[in-house]
Amino acid sequence: MGKYETPEAVNALVQPHQVHKDTYIDAEIFDLEMKHLFSNTWVFVGHDSQTSKKGDYITTQIGTQPVIMVRHKDDDIKVLYNRCPHKGTKIAIDRAGNTGKFFRCPYHAWSFKTDGCLLAIPLKKGYAQTKFKESEANKGMQAVGEVKNYRGFVFARLADEGISFEDYFGDSLSSLDNMVDRSPEGRLEVAGPPLRYMHQCNWKMLVDNQTDTCHPMVAHESSAGTAVKIFEEANWPEDKPKPMAMEIIAPFMSPYEFFEEMGIRTWPNGHGHTGVHHSIHSDYSTIPGYTEAMEETYGEERAAEILGENRHNTVYFPNIMIKGPIQQLRNFIPMGPDKTLVESYIYRLVGAPDILTQRTAMYNRLINAPTSMVGHDDLEMYERAQEGLHSQASDWINIERLHEDGEDFEVEAVENGTTERQMRNQMNAWAKFMTLAMGAKEAAE
Amino acid sequence: MSITRDDIIDFIYAEARMLDEGRYTEWLDLWLEDGFYWMPLDYKQKDPHNMTSLLYEDDFMRRLRVERLNGERTFSQKPKSRCHHVIQRPFVDEFDAEAGVFKTNTSMHYIETRLDDQFLLALTATHELKLVDGKIRIANKRVDLLNSDAAFGNIQLLP
Repeated sequence: MGKYETPEAVNALVQPHQVHKDTYIDAEIFDLEMKHLFSNTWVFVGHDSQTSKKGDYITTQIGTQPVIMVRHKDDDIKVLYNRCPHKGTKIAIDRAGNTGKFFRCPYHAWSFKTDGCLLAIPLKKGYAQTKFKESEANKGMQAVGEVKNYRGFVFARLADEGISFEDYFGDSLSSLDNMVDRSPEGRLEVAGPPLRYMHQCNWKMLVDNQTDTCHPMVAHESSAGTAVKIFEEANWPEDKPKPMAMEIIAPFMSPYEFFEEMGIRTWPNGHGHTGVHHSIHSDYSTIPGYTEAMEETYGEERAAEILGENRHNTVYFPNIMIKGPIQQLRNFIPMGPDKTLVESYIYRLVGAPDILTQRTAMYNRLINAPTSMVGHDDLEMYERAQEGLHSQASDWINIERLHEDGEDFEVEAVENGTTERQMRNQMNAWAKFMTLAMGAKEAAE
Repeated sequence: MSITRDDIIDFIYAEARMLDEGRYTEWLDLWLEDGFYWMPLDYKQKDPHNMTSLLYEDDFMRRLRVERLNGERTFSQKPKSRCHHVIQRPFVDEFDAEAGVFKTNTSMHYIETRLDDQFLLALTATHELKLVDGKIRIANKRVDLLNSDAAFGNIQLLP
């Protein structure tokens, strides 16, 4: 057992106003996160439109565990470990495909139904005189603990038992609801493959950054500030529509007061969002035909309520962020203590004008691409921090902005938009789910 | 003097050299104002609008990109990156001197470096060129990375 595999050792890393650097750089902590945190929480897997027909599958990861999400029946999606029960071969390695009625391992042709059950083995008589029926291998491809398809978004918990989906997310699902409700048909569809952006830093740096409202006007001055300057110098004619890119990028230069007043809401279990009252997405132009389509479905009042909610970033702990107003989801996939794969997906609002998808596609490439001027400065900051944390100057990372004694993360709260309460909320949940099964195991032993 | 295939090919070489030498203001002037610089995300991507690309930049975005590279507080460019294009002789796929419309297809190896890191991209650039007032200009440019769907770190300059 390593030095951190006790609840006491893990809890000692998280103080109310600061967290120990080992949570971001230590290899043992990373392994424990994969074993405990990513097993006991509900982790995003994919969107059901990525596997719309029977036999459609995608390959992805839950933590570092390779999994396959597959459409088993019309209304049933399975999440299976991507491992042949025979010799361990990954069953599929393409990012997406259709397997037909069954999976077939390319090594020895063992085949499995799309719910993982063993279907057939060639030359099966070789096992006739053995106890194969009692073996692990006979069970087929193992399914994860539990799967939930919430309005098209598929989440899974690896552990067989644990917190329910509803208890885990609670009222935070209002952000996902708002994103889906923005479709006049109440349905989203994935719009193409995700951007894939490799970060040489810990996955939590990306999660922290989603509710860090004191960095845009500093780190992004070079892109957003320059955009505002160029636009002003261009003497843009008043009757010519503003470039869509300006609408997207200029709000990053909003002053501190804007971010203070937008507010941050936190929910139990590490979830939270910026932009309670307004956000950088609030002032996008109205798209002709869209409001009308929404009013036809929902009525004037409800449509106004849905479109009036302009949450900025919602973090679903542990490792995704969604932007409801523009239908974007970013998945921060942990690859190692200092390596994170960021996949940024966009979705089409079914029944809405295409121009909305086009604006979202533009947002994705302007802000979150490996070729993006905004992303460059974010990644530069993460990687400098990842290197800097190895310094012996201090063992601690400060998360104290607007901290108050006796904060209770089990209750929903709305605070000043520049608070680091959501980062504290995340680390509180982190310690909770890291130690949940450690405690149980010790009690049982 | 009428335009030749060699003029078109020389133009492609000269553009690559401009980018390698960081002569971005000159590079911006090669473009026609309504042109787009497209770098698809998906292999053989057809639609630049309704799905994500790596780049799909108009005149405003190209100017922003160049201006940012020269900025005082462009932290990811402190220190600056350098790049290097090695290009194969372009194919001139369309050559209509009368209409002043040309299309080329060029294989390149692109190297970008900063501090101790360096990476290599293989790519195919497709240029749509137009002759305007006796000068060759870029009407549109598409850059297909051989591994466009791979996970990259920062690509900061212009492949």
